[in-house]
Amino acid sequence: MLILNCPCCGVSGEETEYHAGGEAHLKRHSIGSTDDQFEEYLFMRENPRGVHLERWRHNNGCGKWFHAARCTQTLEVFGTYSAQTYEPPKEIKDAISAKRPGWTWRTFS
Amino acid sequence: MSTRLKTGGRFTDGGEQLSFDFNGTTMKGVAGDTLASALLANDQMLVGRSFKYHRPRGIVASGGEEPNALFNMGGTNDFEPNQRATVTELFDGLKVASQNHWPSLEFDVGAINTHLSRFLPAGFYYKMFLYPRAFWKHVYEPIIRKSAGLGKAPRAEDRDPDTYEHFYFFCDVMVVGGGIAGLQAAKAAALTGVKVLLVEQTAHWGGRAPVDGGEVDGQSAGDYVDALVAELATMDNVTMRTRLMGAGVYDHGYVLGYERLREHTPEVAGPRHRLWRIRAAQIITATGAIERPISFAGNDIPGVMLAAAVRDYAVNFGVSVGDRTVVVTNNDDAYRTGITLKGLGLDVPCIIDARSGGGGTLADDARALGIRVENGKAIGMVKGGKRVEAVELCSQAGEGGVLEVIPCDVVAMSGGWSPVVHLWSHCGGKLVWDEAQSHFRPDSERPPLGATGEGFVSVAGSANGHMQLAELMGDAHGAGLAAGRATGGTSAKGHIPEGTPTSENPVEPVWLMPQGAGYKLRSKAWLDYQNDVKVSDVQLAAQEGFESVEHAKRYTTLGMATDQGKLSNINGLAILSDALGQPIPQTGTTTFRPPYTPISMGAIGGEARGKVFQPLRKTLLYEWSDANGADWEPVGAWRRPFAYLQPSESVHDAVNREVKNTREALGLLDASTLGKLIVKGPDAGKFLDMLYTNMMSTLKPGKCRYGLMCSENGFLIDDGVVARIDDETFLCHTTTGGAETIHGHMEEWLQTEWWDWNVYVANVTEQFAQIAVVGPNARKVLEKLGGMDVSKEALAFMEWGDGTIGGFDARVFRISFSGELSYEIAVPASQGLAFWEALMEAGEEFGAMPYGTETLHILRAEKGFIMIGDETDGTVIPQDLNLQWALSKKKEDYLGKRAHQRSHMTDPDRWKLVGLETLDKSVLPDGAYAVEDGVNANGQRNMFGRVTSTYYSSNLERGIAMGLVKNGPGRVGEVIDFPKEGGAIIKAKIIDPVIYDKEGAKPNV
Amino acid sequence: MSNAVSALQGASYVDGIADVTEFGLRGMITLRGDLSDKKLIKAVKSIAGAMPGMRSIALEEDDGAAWMSPDELLLMVPHGDVASTIEGLSKSLAGTHFLAADVSDARAVFEVSGPKARDVMAKLAPVDFANSAFEKGMFRRSRLAQVPAAFWMNEQDAFTVVCFRSVAQYMFDLLSVAAQPGSEVDAF
Repeated sequence: MLILNCPCCGVSGEETEYHAGGEAHLKRHSIGSTDDQFEEYLFMRENPRGVHLERWRHNNGCGKWFHAARCTQTLEVFGTYSAQTYEPPKEIKDAISAKRPGWTWRTFS
Repeated sequence: MSTRLKTGGRFTDGGEQLSFDFNGTTMKGVAGDTLASALLANDQMLVGRSFKYHRPRGIVASGGEEPNALFNMGGTNDFEPNQRATVTELFDGLKVASQNHWPSLEFDVGAINTHLSRFLPAGFYYKMFLYPRAFWKHVYEPIIRKSAGLGKAPRAEDRDPDTYEHFYFFCDVMVVGGGIAGLQAAKAAALTGVKVLLVEQTAHWGGRAPVDGGEVDGQSAGDYVDALVAELATMDNVTMRTRLMGAGVYDHGYVLGYERLREHTPEVAGPRHRLWRIRAAQIITATGAIERPISFAGNDIPGVMLAAAVRDYAVNFGVSVGDRTVVVTNNDDAYRTGITLKGLGLDVPCIIDARSGGGGTLADDARALGIRVENGKAIGMVKGGKRVEAVELCSQAGEGGVLEVIPCDVVAMSGGWSPVVHLWSHCGGKLVWDEAQSHFRPDSERPPLGATGEGFVSVAGSANGHMQLAELMGDAHGAGLAAGRATGGTSAKGHIPEGTPTSENPVEPVWLMPQGAGYKLRSKAWLDYQNDVKVSDVQLAAQEGFESVEHAKRYTTLGMATDQGKLSNINGLAILSDALGQPIPQTGTTTFRPPYTPISMGAIGGEARGKVFQPLRKTLLYEWSDANGADWEPVGAWRRPFAYLQPSESVHDAVNREVKNTREALGLLDASTLGKLIVKGPDAGKFLDMLYTNMMSTLKPGKCRYGLMCSENGFLIDDGVVARIDDETFLCHTTTGGAETIHGHMEEWLQTEWWDWNVYVANVTEQFAQIAVVGPNARKVLEKLGGMDVSKEALAFMEWGDGTIGGFDARVFRISFSGELSYEIAVPASQGLAFWEALMEAGEEFGAMPYGTETLHILRAEKGFIMIGDETDGTVIPQDLNLQWALSKKKEDYLGKRAHQRSHMTDPDRWKLVGLETLDKSVLPDGAYAVEDGVNANGQRNMFGRVTSTYYSSNLERGIAMGLVKNGPGRVGEVIDFPKEGGAIIKAKIIDPVIYDKEGAKPNV
Repeated sequence: MSNAVSALQGASYVDGIADVTEFGLRGMITLRGDLSDKKLIKAVKSIAGAMPGMRSIALEEDDGAAWMSPDELLLMVPHGDVASTIEGLSKSLAGTHFLAADVSDARAVFEVSGPKARDVMAKLAPVDFANSAFEKGMFRRSRLAQVPAAFWMNEQDAFTVVCFRSVAQYMFDLLSVAAQPGSEVDAF
């Protein structure tokens, strides 16, 4: 059972305080999008063995959403960061690079 | 015979006399005994029958690894099967029964199986019960079910009277195992200043060291342990617990600890077990090692025991297992048993050492005591039935030719020691094969990895393969210091204690005894006592192609019993490796899974039983409703009255009465469970326009509007009435089940997509009691109570207003989910009961009666109103429910709009909402499918519709229903077929879903 | 109104290792807004005496303010003062983006007190209740068994627990079960 650090309230809490919210940094497609774009947005998800960027909500806590950079294989947590961002901040990318040189995830690396 | 020695035991000295009941016989024991030691003190060598062959079995071990001595324990409500005698502390009045025999332990009919063993090889069940097919259900399965399992299952009607609980605990370093290594590691970690938790599964500190002897820093191991325990007890940063087993190690330093609080003192108040949910930054497994049996013919006869266990019973409990003990070994440690027994004045006819070179200084000591030592020898076969009578001595290198028969009543065997690597392995720690010591031990280079990507488990003492005090004290001390430092401790060094060196000759692997044993011997040489797996079974599995250790395990059931192969796994995979002609590491081990030994279901459940099994949500009117005939219905976690039963009334009658009364006079509904979300901010209108399919930003303050919410993929998720409070503030009502999810839905979009929009949401669902006042007399009762003007002119349909009603601060909504004149009135929850009672009292002259959820449903169904969760199931879109009118065409975007353009959503053949009228006036079964001729691609009958809501309407005196039917609205008047269970057909006519007050005049008066 | 009642009307359990008592009605206001805004800080200080920092609570007798999230506080005032407090907030925060809602009746409030209060709490919440880890002045939102809850310490051995009113009975039963006689843990 994971421990995650909520960047919104600073609690280091066990997984039962949180709710997993799937992949982070999805771009919303709506009116005007092609069927392929919309399908990609609704259904197509990364399923990596390794570095993953995910959404979590501190539902039994401050109630805020945040993002986590995590290794799906070892469960190592590289860091958690604000959900109000379009890509992981530099310190998160650096933290991942320090442990997983050459990592890529969607368009990030 | 086995008996209590006059010399006394470490744990039993000074203990009071206890009595206990074994198979109906009263026996005596001493406080400090385990059930196992007490049985042995009463010369009860035979303790159970084996699983498959019903062979007589005796106690083998002295700890948690015991495979044989399993008992049905307790009486009725406190009954538990498969309890291990070796870890059951004796208490006065303990009641136990042996397992797996009929009619009695001494005479067991099932023992015939042992003579059929040639016909019951590995995989017997798979091979035998395949044919004829027809035999399975009525012949084979009943027989297998009857013979399956060791202990009895508790009776379904019994209720465990005990309580259990969880406990969350956090520490820097957790040390699992309170033997000498664990104690030393805990002390070293504590010296660095960090917070340490030390747990020991038994009731005693020190582990094996006080029994095995040796010296540390010039003190006897026992004295050193005592001093260490005393010192640790004075350290503020150390928490020490006995009877607490480290059951499992999980991700990110999560450890489950199983504490047995009242097993040995059942008369004391308090929880029986406590499950510790521990978070440790570093974990040290000082879990010791387990002695291995040796595979020789007859090694399962009662009296054949692990050498160290024989020693334990003598030293710790003052129990001699027998008068004449033959020791058989492949290592030096077992000599300690011979020496100990001899020192107690017992006869040790021979120590049989399979190593041609024999033992080291301990062997010299044994010889000096006059014990005969035979090197390079083996046991060919153990003689005896229900207890050991003699052993046949042979050469280990040979095929079992008898050199001599040595009479004895105990065989103390030692096949070497296997580190307990379970907790290391649970979360991914890897093992290495230690060729010199013939065992797997943790590979410190490949520990389990934690949240930071670093190893979070280390290992100390004999669990690390260090079997001698001289090595293990330093190893444990170092492990403690390292773990302390890794969690922010100081660089304190402390004093590294010195254990006296011993000169032991190395162990030599003996996987089969004698080496050239033929089939006859091999088929009597047991590997897994509990599941009755023999050397010959594993060899057969290999021969039949089950080469993977995981396959061989499942085919033979080796290691699959309740002991999970603690004694048998290494021996079994050595036999498998030999049969496959490959080295042991190449075969590998099976997977170690938690818990280490079985833990109670009660502990896992913790406090969650009885009244706190799960939270029930109650409204203000729960007690009132309960006292007034409520027939409760679960709605999510809420309990809502389905109907209010009057004395001697059936549920059906009550519903019919409530429906008629509400339509004709006055009904009161507790609608407090409806979600109430305040949405406020400059962008609140824009936000709600995105969330609802219809336009909310144009709603005027003071007005209400019904709205629909879809998910991003277009499916209906909620509906409800939105009231605009002021320019920036809306109050959104959600369904009962939707309050928390829709609140979460709003927060999710605000936080993760439109985070620059200025909107705040607050969930005020429980702040208000909300009472629906419904029916032709609704206005009369409110006017009687007095207060705000609730006339049509002052408060029109779909308007709301603040004021007072009967002196209560109230917010009144003129909305209707029933099709009647209706007011929904919100008052602060703390005044909900008083307001309700005021309404009931004032309404008496107008025929006021409470109504429940079933009446609510019938009233709305007569009006064709949909219900989220009935008409919708996560695949239904508003268009399916003829709700196109609620889909804004003016708005550029809203959640679900793009999805509604997908081809499947615009398919003209989608099933759509209709009303259904049965020709015979009966009530359609809920969820029934409309069928037509032909079958689909899966060979199932073609279906083109289903019932979504179905009720009996007392107003119309017939069944009414709604359903989704392919092209439904275009087929009004058509009669379609709904088969019931059993095949009978109900014919129903497709009608307009609105069957009551089609013009909608009634609520608007 | 004089007929206002709390969820359990002051129920208590005093036979166990800690006392469990339902407090009467307590005025509570959810205040959402920009917690760094000077107007807001001033308004909060005038109510609770101080502005609480992250995960902490400012208490001054019956009045208080607890940090719920980066944009939310829970204000506590006497039950009868809620309406006037909200009115005051509306005036002092006029022109800013905020939300103030009366949630007094949506909550149930309990006290767990006695030398073993920490034991009781640690059986139910996945939080470190060691003396050095959880102290007076801290405010924590988490769960107690299966329901969300918030809690803080009044004294060295007394906790206040706040949960939703609908689960008040569950919470009371839960705390009572956790406080049953003979269930001391003695690990703190």
